Amino acid sequence: MPADIYLNVAVGGVLTGLVYGLMALGLSVIFGVVRVVNFAHGEMMTIAMYIAVTLFSAFHLDPLLMLVPIAAVLFAFGYALQAGVINSFITRPEHTQFLLLVALAIIIVNVLLIVFGPDAQNVQTSYSYDSFQVGPLIVDATKAYAAAAAIAVAVALFVFFKYTRIGTAIRACADNYTGALVVGLDVRHLYALTFGLGAACVGAAGVMLVLIVDVTPALGPAYTLLAFVIVITGGLGSMPGALLGGVLIGLTEAMAGLLFTPSAKSMFAFAILVLVLLFRPQGIMGKRTA
Amino acid sequence: MIARLIEGVPRRALAMLGVLLVALTAAPLIASDYLLTVLILILYFAYIGQAWNIMMGFAGQLSLGHALYVGLGAYTAAALYVHFGIGPWLGLLVAVPVAALAGAFIGFLAFRFRVAGVYFAILTIAVAEFARVGFDHLSWTSGSSGLFLPVAQYAHNDLWNLRGHPAMFYYILLAATVLAFIFCRALLQSRVGYFWRAIREDEEAARSAGIDAFHYKMIAVVISAAMTSFAGVIYAFFYNNLFPEQVFHIARSIEIILGPIVGGVGTLFGPILGALLLTGLAETLTAALAALGVNLPGAKQVFYGFCLLLVIMALPDGVWPWLCKRIGLTERNQ
Amino acid sequence: MSALLSVDAVSKRFRGLVAVDRLSFEVPEGGIFAVIGPNGAGKTTLFNMIAGVFAPDNGSITFAGERIDGLPPDKICRRGIGRTFQIVRPFPGLSVEDNVIVGALLHRHRVDAARAHAHEVLRRLDLYDKRAQRAAALTLPDRKRLEVARALATDPKLLLLDEVMAGLRPMETDRIVAILQELNRETGLTILLIEHVMRAVMALASRILVLHHGAAIAQGTPEQVVRDRAVIDSYLGAEAVSA
Repeated sequence: MPADIYLNVAVGGVLTGLVYGLMALGLSVIFGVVRVVNFAHGEMMTIAMYIAVTLFSAFHLDPLLMLVPIAAVLFAFGYALQAGVINSFITRPEHTQFLLLVALAIIIVNVLLIVFGPDAQNVQTSYSYDSFQVGPLIVDATKAYAAAAAIAVAVALFVFFKYTRIGTAIRACADNYTGALVVGLDVRHLYALTFGLGAACVGAAGVMLVLIVDVTPALGPAYTLLAFVIVITGGLGSMPGALLGGVLIGLTEAMAGLLFTPSAKSMFAFAILVLVLLFRPQGIMGKRTA
Repeated sequence: MIARLIEGVPRRALAMLGVLLVALTAAPLIASDYLLTVLILILYFAYIGQAWNIMMGFAGQLSLGHALYVGLGAYTAAALYVHFGIGPWLGLLVAVPVAALAGAFIGFLAFRFRVAGVYFAILTIAVAEFARVGFDHLSWTSGSSGLFLPVAQYAHNDLWNLRGHPAMFYYILLAATVLAFIFCRALLQSRVGYFWRAIREDEEAARSAGIDAFHYKMIAVVISAAMTSFAGVIYAFFYNNLFPEQVFHIARSIEIILGPIVGGVGTLFGPILGALLLTGLAETLTAALAALGVNLPGAKQVFYGFCLLLVIMALPDGVWPWLCKRIGLTERNQ
Repeated sequence: MSALLSVDAVSKRFRGLVAVDRLSFEVPEGGIFAVIGPNGAGKTTLFNMIAGVFAPDNGSITFAGERIDGLPPDKICRRGIGRTFQIVRPFPGLSVEDNVIVGALLHRHRVDAARAHAHEVLRRLDLYDKRAQRAAALTLPDRKRLEVARALATDPKLLLLDEVMAGLRPMETDRIVAILQELNRETGLTILLIEHVMRAVMALASRILVLHHGAAIAQGTPEQVVRDRAVIDSYLGAEAVSA
């Protein structure tokens, strides 16, 4: 196969990977701060995807334009979830929180199934089939826009955490729960805020992905798993790690799809997960805890 | 030996168990075909729930990929039957070791490399998913188009080849569930059971008391996997068709854990009660919806999700411990 | 009396911080040996190395004539060293009796034999009457005694006690001291304890090792150690001497 095809597929993979990275970023932020393993992460993203699809088919609103509102909706959802339900589970054993979110995931997937049916839906914008030519590369417009949006959101998030007061307060909670309480931080509110932000990330990622893939309710669990693979590979709790992991997985997925059969590409993601869990459980950029 | 097994169990509980057993044995004689199928499902989940409970409830290891063992058991026995005409009871001799080996593999990877808690759960999910996609591409078992078992006849019960009336499957599963129950009780009271519970409570403290945690966790995983694969074999010969997409799917793994969690993780009767409640109520729901002319694929799963949610939020130890207190049946080893 | 436990030039550092610095000492068989010193002196690190939680960077640890440094905790327990934890760790969801049965099962494979032994140990530790209670429901002094019971049930030759008197009232401290003395006298159990409560140390120990910044600054009988200038300056303070 000519080299261009490899290159194009690889670039496509990297761009998609950036969106994956944003999705995983949300998961990483949630885990890094609130220490909750959000098993409903992909499912939350599917909610955003269906909102985007519905708005498009009803009102022809471009998903990218709807990015901020939809992310805001997911933010509210995440905030309410943490404040209303998960906060009371902070002191409970780890697997209880996990199962709580498993239950939520099951409910979300199947409600979506009931409402929207199992058939794939997608969004065809005016630029769905456009592409850019950059030297020998042919880059899909949708992927390029999605990746650009992903980078923008990620940067905004970095800036928020590093330079704003609230962002610093959240990082303090992550570092030391009791210490944060002692200095008077409203930790529960900050936790809810963080979960909301994580949900907003995943909502934004979902909107971007709608441009690239077809939407079915089954995507929920598939992306939850993918998000975990990325976050664990990149390093749980590390924001740059999530993006790096996303790009890595996006690339692997694309190349595996090209070199082997497309349906086997998830096997590589899982193989990577197993290897990382065994040999470097803190991920590429994570810190060793214990 | 029986004396030891029932030691500490209040008379009332024994009496109730006896009544339940009689009722279950007589059920196929009076139940309709549909009800019989529901009962078979209940027993199936009760049995697998017991097997899963050994890993989680006894040894504290959360497995969210138990469908792997069901699938391996099912596919191994089915493939041997389809390709070589080997009956399921002989097929078991291969299927069980295959599943046990898979369990040992996962256990070894996880425990040697200190993969614990939620990470362990994710590892089990990943391996099951790997199997799902893998079997989709395995031509020897017909990949994603599905493996079909030839159904020669339905009229008379061929126990050797597991071909026959659902009642035959019912009694096999009933026997399996009862045996599993007794086995688990014996395990809990044994040295292994004590060590498992210690590991579940505090692994580091258990090691400081001389317990080789790796060794005993491996035992739990292997026993659990082996027991589960038996159910897989029954599954294959009852439904007579296997698709990787269904058999290894994470939804199956979650169905497996629902019974024990709702009923009560770590208790003996929890998985049975959980299976009864969940499957019973779910089928009632489906029947009710059907009577109203509504067909909602996914309604059952939503119901399961809410049950799980409810139990985790309100009765975290499960329904059985709560029920025990209510009817005054506190047992020592539960 | 021969040395049951022999620690020889053992060192441990954690990323630049030297926790234990070329420490050597011997614990005679049948003796009660105390390790004291200010917080951060390396006492628990020392214990953790003996108990197998981690291996020393240098040096060796010999028990009953065989090297044990680097062995995992369960193997060390099987060789005959039992331990308690600084922050008590009984098995919370198990009953008091079951906690100790777990320990007793180490060397007894039959549950009824283990139960019988567990009952003996519980009686000795004054916990027999509470044997059906859940460990998590016990008071702190009871949980501490439970941990000692669990460790004792494993038939150790050497018992490592990590600040077992911490948080106890004087009356409870005296109770445990009496139990430990009785054990040592009647069964010849060797005890190595980390302790801050000087009242207990003086009552129990036949030899004391004083640690400071990971190194031994004094070793000897209680009377010698308590009058040692360096020990007074770094840890005890002048008032303690008159006690």
